[in-house]
Amino acid sequence: MNTGLGGAMDIIGILLSVIFVSAMLIWVERRLLAVWQDRLGPNRVGPLGLFQVAADMIKMFFKEDWIPPFADKPVFVLAPTIVFITMLTGFAVIPFAPGVGIIDFNFGLLYFLALTSLSVYSVVLAGYASNNKYSMLGSLRAAAQTVSYEVFMGISIMGVVMLSGTFNLREIVEAQRDGWFILPQFAGFIVFLVAAVAESRRAPFDLPEAEQELIAGFHIEYSGMKFGMFFVGEYLGITLSSAMIVTLFFGGWLGPWLPPLVWFCLKTAAFILFFILLRGSLPRPRYDQLMTFGWKAMLPVALLNLLATGAVALSSA
Amino acid sequence: MELVLFSISSAVAVFATVMMITRVNAVHGLLYLILSLLAVGVLFFLLGAHFAAVLEVIIYAGAIMVMFVFVIMMLNQGEKTTDQERAWLTPGIWIGPSVLALILFAEVLVVIAGGGSAETGQLVDSKQVGIALYGPYLLAVELASMLLLAGLVGAYHLGKPMMAKRREA
Repeated sequence: MNTGLGGAMDIIGILLSVIFVSAMLIWVERRLLAVWQDRLGPNRVGPLGLFQVAADMIKMFFKEDWIPPFADKPVFVLAPTIVFITMLTGFAVIPFAPGVGIIDFNFGLLYFLALTSLSVYSVVLAGYASNNKYSMLGSLRAAAQTVSYEVFMGISIMGVVMLSGTFNLREIVEAQRDGWFILPQFAGFIVFLVAAVAESRRAPFDLPEAEQELIAGFHIEYSGMKFGMFFVGEYLGITLSSAMIVTLFFGGWLGPWLPPLVWFCLKTAAFILFFILLRGSLPRPRYDQLMTFGWKAMLPVALLNLLATGAVALSSA
Repeated sequence: MELVLFSISSAVAVFATVMMITRVNAVHGLLYLILSLLAVGVLFFLLGAHFAAVLEVIIYAGAIMVMFVFVIMMLNQGEKTTDQERAWLTPGIWIGPSVLALILFAEVLVVIAGGGSAETGQLVDSKQVGIALYGPYLLAVELASMLLLAGLVGAYHLGKPMMAKRREA
């Protein structure tokens, strides 16, 4: 039920470590992309370039925080905070390990879906408030893309809900004791993975900010820490999606020998690296290809998976 | 504790709704409407209807309102609509809605004075909702699905000539 798991220590610890991980991902991504592209990447600031993040932060804080005179000011300021807050709040239901977490909510899975669907406002409002045609195009794309892929994301995880019989993330992890859901729900996993990439608006689905055609899409007009919020918000999104993939399909904290928390972090880290590898290896599709792929490939696969899972669940019951 | 949370979120809901109606900028109005829906979600949660609370956020705040914002953005008319809206919001138009709202308010007062039997505070889980939907309310579910199907076919029909034109071009 909704009993608080941990006290203030849990909340502060999880909050700080999640923000720290997301900030460090800026460095991790740049170094890893460099490795895969046969470059060096940022290696000047501190050992292995580890303090690059601090240097970036200092630079961002000291930049002029400029609001264009033609912008819708209150909405312009509000937009970057939305993605940051919704993504951070999403971590409240993540089951890190038995006894580690913030709340044990019966509808944890739906709560995650609710927050990811709210995070799209950030991009949409940023594009609207900037009052710039490239921003507007970027946020129109973002809205259409997110609303479409949200549908497949929701349908793809219903198979997991059917197998485990609950929306509670901790019970879903416990239900995977006899076998991770990646095997019976492989199609669901693929759809969820694609939808998660599309929801976080990362390459190859970064059409809303496609540099070559839209300059930077919805965040053209943003500078300083407001841009930083979008940036860290994106990494928070990746971390949250990876944690959800691990929870739903890869047995969460379950695993031999090592302590549960270590297993959870290792699996999540593997998926974060996978997200970065995707960006380094796949080209960006055209916008209509993205939408066609969603509605003509993802939706039927997700529905068929749901149908098959339902049939199996009924016949074995 | 529950009562304090309830009062705060209902105050937020009422305030946000009033602000939503009085804004002249359409997007600002929509933002207040989203806030009002989120506040109603909190109210559902406090009443024990967790499932309804989460669905309120996913469907209303997360999907329908995104579409509203999307359309308003596509039609982005700028300053012109703000002036138009300002001209429409004359003092006279408040009378009708205010009288109707007053009637509702009087009804609420009567219900509260009569002991407030509406509040149960009972936890509703997803299984109960599912059983209710596919048991006593099956007909309503089927009717809703037929309505949605009609909407889908209609949207396809309206969109088809446009797609054909694009293919020729």
